[in-house]
Formats: sequence, C-alpha cells, structure tokens
Amino acid sequence: MSGADETPEENVDERADERVDEAVDEAVAGRAEDESDDRTDSNEEARPAEEDNLEAAKSETGTGSGVEQAAPEQSPENVPAPTGEVRAVGARHGMFGVTGTGDTSGYGGLVSATVFPTPSQRPYGGWFDEVADALEARLRATDLTAAVESVVVHRGEITFHVRREDLPFVAQMLRDDEALRFEFCSGVSGVHYPEDTGRELHAVYHLLSMTHNRRIRLEVTAPDSDPHVPSLVSVYPTLDWHERETYDMFGLVFDGHPALTRVLMPDDWPGHPQRKDYPLGGIPVEYKGGSIPPPDQRRSYN
Amino acid sequence: MSTDTSRQQDLYASPGDTSQGRVFTVTGQDWDTITDGLGESAEERVVVNMGPQHPSTHGVLRLILELEGETVTEARCGIGYLHTGIEKNMEYRSWVQGVTFCTRMDYLSPFYNEATYVLGVERLLDIEDDIPEKAQVMRVLLMELNRISSHLVAIATGGMEIGALTVMTIGFRERELVLDLFELITGLRMNHAFIRPGGVAQDLPPGALDEIRDFIALMKKRLPEYAALCNANPIFKGRLVDVGHLDLAGCIALGITGPVLRSTGYAWDLRKVQPYSGYEDYDFDVQTWDTCDSYGRFRIRLNEMSESLRIVEQCADRLAGLEGAPVMIGDKKVAWPSQLAIGSDGMGNSLDHIRHIMGESMEALIHHFKLVTEGFRVPAGQAYVPVESPRGELGAHVVSDGGTRPFRAHFRDPSFTNLQATSVMSEGGMVADVIVAIASIDPVMGGVDR
Repeated sequence: MSGADETPEENVDERADERVDEAVDEAVAGRAEDESDDRTDSNEEARPAEEDNLEAAKSETGTGSGVEQAAPEQSPENVPAPTGEVRAVGARHGMFGVTGTGDTSGYGGLVSATVFPTPSQRPYGGWFDEVADALEARLRATDLTAAVESVVVHRGEITFHVRREDLPFVAQMLRDDEALRFEFCSGVSGVHYPEDTGRELHAVYHLLSMTHNRRIRLEVTAPDSDPHVPSLVSVYPTLDWHERETYDMFGLVFDGHPALTRVLMPDDWPGHPQRKDYPLGGIPVEYKGGSIPPPDQRRSYN
Repeated sequence: MSTDTSRQQDLYASPGDTSQGRVFTVTGQDWDTITDGLGESAEERVVVNMGPQHPSTHGVLRLILELEGETVTEARCGIGYLHTGIEKNMEYRSWVQGVTFCTRMDYLSPFYNEATYVLGVERLLDIEDDIPEKAQVMRVLLMELNRISSHLVAIATGGMEIGALTVMTIGFRERELVLDLFELITGLRMNHAFIRPGGVAQDLPPGALDEIRDFIALMKKRLPEYAALCNANPIFKGRLVDVGHLDLAGCIALGITGPVLRSTGYAWDLRKVQPYSGYEDYDFDVQTWDTCDSYGRFRIRLNEMSESLRIVEQCADRLAGLEGAPVMIGDKKVAWPSQLAIGSDGMGNSLDHIRHIMGESMEALIHHFKLVTEGFRVPAGQAYVPVESPRGELGAHVVSDGGTRPFRAHFRDPSFTNLQATSVMSEGGMVADVIVAIASIDPVMGGVDR
C-alpha cells in the first residue's frame, strides 16, 4: 500500500466510527423500547431505561459498542479497548428484512451496527497467555512483531488475526515450535463480510495442538479487489481440499497451492456461491393457488 | 501486496492457449506422431473412471484411477456430485431452522451434525452451562446409538464390497433396530432435527427406556456375532490386513481423524480429551489398534460399538432417575415454545399448547409467534466446537453478526478431509484394494459435498 492511499482511508475510518457510535445509540434505544412490555409511547417513561442501558453497555466494553456481552472468563481483564479499534462490519436497518415499503412496525428507521468482539488486552487468561508469549517471543526473534495484528478472546476461544503476507511463516512456527506445536489443522473456512471495507474476505484456520491439547484460531483477511492469501498446503497438506473449497466458494486465491481448482462446484461454474453478493437462487413454489417466493426473497427478519 | 497478483487472471487456459510442452496438430493426418508421443507405456497405461455411480464408491464418489495392469499408479477423487449448498441455505434460515439443514449433511450420523452446530450456537449464546442435565444425557444417548448405527453401515457396506454379503445383511438388520429407536424417540428415522439450541426437541416418550434396555440386551448378544464371523475369517483378513496403510505421520499431515487415526495406535478421541455434553461423566475406553491398516479400522469400529453400548447403558440408567426433568433450557427467550404430542393421526403439534396460545394467553401467542417466525438473536462472534463423530472430528465454524440467522456456518466434515487420503492409501496397490481402502475411510458423500 502506498502512502498516497492512507489519507482517504483514515477519513473512511473516522466516518465509520461516527456511524458506529450513532448506530449503537440508536440500537440500544431500540432495544430498550422493544423490551418494555407495555409499549407506551411516552418518552418520559422510556428515557431512564434507555440511559441505564446505554451506560451499562458503555461501562461493559468501554467503547460504547454496547451490543456485545463480555464472556465471563474475560471479565477481570475487560479493560477498555482503544477507540478506533472497534470495527463495524455492517449495519442492520429496521426490524424486518423488508426493503422498500412494507415495514409498518415503526422500527423502519432503526440502524444498528454489526460489531464483532473487540481485540482483548493481556492477560488473556489460562494457557492463552502461554501461547501468545511463545508466539510473541518467536516473532520478536525474527523481527516480525507486526505479524499478529490483534488477538481476540471471546467465549473461551482465542483468535489471532495475522497479516496475510506473514501467514505461512506464522503457521510454520506454530507447527514446529515445541512450546506451540499446533501440528494439526482442522481446515480453513472462508467468511465474506461485504461491508468490511478493505478486508472483505476472511480466511479462518482452526489449529489444534494434540501435544498440549489446545485449540486456536488464525484469521487473515484480503480485500475483494485483491483476493489473494498465501497457501498453507506446504505446512499443512490437509489444507489441499479445504483451500480448493474456499477458492470455489469465495474466490479466495491461495497463492502457491499446487492445483487450485474448484472442488465442489462444476469446473465451468460462474461465480463463487458462498459470497454474500451471490444470490441463493430458487423459484417460487405454487401451492393451492398461492405462490411462495424463494427463501431469499421472502419477507424475513434480519 | 506480497501475494502473487499475476495469478489473478483466469486460472484455466482455454483450448489452444497451451504454451508449454510439445504441441500436436490434429488437423492433418499426423496421428502416428501423436501415438509416438505417448511413448511405450501407451498399451499398458489405462485410465479408469470409476463412479460416480458405482456401487462400491459409497454414494456419488468419482475415482479416476490410472492403472498399469492391475496395479494402481495414480488415484484421484472427483467429488461435488452431492453438493446441495446446505451451508448457503442455512444463511437464509433462523438459527433453529439451521438444525433442519445440517442434519441432512452426513446422513449416516445426523445427530453429530446437529450436535456440533448446536454446541457452537450455544457457545455464542453463552448458555453452555445452562443446558438441562436430561437434555445432555439424551444427546449423548442419541449420539452413541447413532455411532452404533453408523459403524454398522460402515462394516456392512465394507463387507458387501468385498463380497461378504452376510455381513451386509446382518449389519443392516441391526441398524434397523437403532433406527426404530430413533423413530420412537424423535419421530423420524433420519434427518431428525431433534437436538436444538438450548436442549432437545422433546422428552423421551413413555416406554422408550424399556425399548432401549431391550436393544442393549439384544446387541450384547449380537455384537459378538460379528467378531465370530469376521475377526479370524481368513478371506476377510486376506482382503483387509495390510491394505490401505497410513501411519501416524501421514494421518496428522493429512488431517485424518477418527478410526483411521486410532488404527495407528494413537488414542485421540475428542470425547476423552476435550469432553463436551458431559462425556467426562461416562465410563468408556478409547479403542485403538496398531496395524495402521483396514483390518485395524474394522476392529476399532467393532470395539467402539461395544463401548457405545456401555455408554448407552449408563445413559439409560441416568435417564431412569431423571423422569419429568426439563429437556429444554429455562430461558424462554431461547427455548423453542412449541411442543409436540402424539395425536390420532401421528405426531404433531401439541393440542394443549395450541389451546394455550389460541384460547388462554395472548402473551403466549405473541411469544410463540416471535420466536417461531423471527427466532432469537445470537451475539456477534464466532465459535468452533468439534465433536467426535463416527468418522472423526466434525466441527461447525459458526459465525454470527448479531442477527436472527447464521452469518456463516461452515462444517469441517471428517469424510471430506479423510477422503484426501485415498491417493496415499491406494496408489501402488491393486484395483480391488482401492475399494477396501475407501471402505476403511468410510466416507459419506452427503457430508463430503454438503
């Protein structure tokens, strides 16, 4: 990335943050209203509950992204994450999945941000710290301290977000270092976040250390405009078909894979079906005079 | 970025774009140069396309075998013939409806598909500790019964493929008994959608425990029959011993789990090492064999059925003391509101529940409607809770964006991963041994292709 690109990106980030804060406020407000059973329209009554919720949410995460609940095992070290690290990867509009007209619930203007668990601060708890320490020590020895972008501990699982160009090195180290020894890879799973600008495609690896009986998760990202991730087949041969599947379903190109071809879809299939911009497909079903639209076009909740 | 961007173009060269190697022109009458180019192996080298509709390929698996005489020099799998887009479909249904989809993946072990997905959802909901004891025990009971039925099919079809038809008939005979139990407990023989986020769909029906006890007693008599029929059978051993060899290093490198991994002597079983659903409370042994071959995998499956029977017995004892206990989480914001009951025309919605919501309580109706049509929201995040399925590590990578539907559900299916070992297990062996090697992996194409 060249330096000239940075200024607009920063602006985008700032705007995204503002949007998150607004969105969260609205979301919390919406929840408070939703939960009050009597459904009074009086603002005076609803207001205190709203503020309480908001305060509680803010004190929980320290960032105002109060939608997320902290895992209990996280709570002692639940110190505020630096603002700006909160990343909205989308926003939900209204109460229902209806577009255009149709939402007469009064919640049509509701906007709530989609915020994933924020990066955790040390100590992570339990053996998480041992793994993180060993990893950090090895990275420092090779001048690659920036390889791990962030660490997320959520629901008792630890996720290392790794810079994609360093992925083969990190994986090799995780496998070979005796203190780490993640000799088994369960596979790679793609996730497509169309609104996570600049990092739309995520590749998620689940590693298992049979020696130490531990599981960790690695996550790398790639933008839609440059869907390339280095292949790990040379480190974990089991990823051969898994990477082919992820390529097949998301169009993520694993550079260095020996034969990156489709594995589940036909060879001449257009598009990558698991991407969010790929429609589910289907035809309306006629039954007793009625017509039921295909699942992705039905009125639904989001 | 550092990754290679030159590969961004179409990976597949279109016909005529070949720039490397010898280029043959087939427009003129120069066929003799073409056959010359093939070299001396032309007469012996045969490429056989086995499947996808072959009786010995466990469903729609296509094998591309390169043969020299009877020896396999290269074996490759072609999969995807049963791809049904289950993962994509789950993104368009509520979290509870997802169970109905994923149960259809690996159709021989539906309860494991449900369990790993549901455990992931429960972790995201942070209700793992709130699942009632009876639901946990029922999950274990159903999963272990399922292990028996799945291993029975593995042994039965494996036997059939090498000509041991009796093994097939008695295997399916016993499996039928397990399916009868499933039908009694869940209402369906397959595709149960019975394990739900928060518990299980309904309580044990009256008389189920007696049926389970009868089944245990019967299986204790019948399982030794397999051992008597096969274990020392010279033809059986002649076909299985030292076939489909894969050692521990090969298994770890290729990500192989389940009976294939345990046939190398390594006692890796997620029920023991990373217990879920309360497996730590049961008394059972992890079965291993040290021959790294198809025979070892057969013996492991046989022994695991006995161990599963032990667990089922312990489940039945515990369930006897849990009569009337809840099978669904107490949190009404998650628990499925509707109940099922047996009516005059079979199982359907409970009339008591219908009466309650339609005639007695408006709030109950609203609650039912909200939870059934909209469903519950799951906090944003991701979870991966693998279980030990009959074929190995089965895990669901469940991602939520905080909505009422899964943002992404990816299944790490053991059949998919284990099938990668086809080449190393069968290359250099005979054609007939390919069948045995694949039967020892026991792939289920519904799970491979999803």
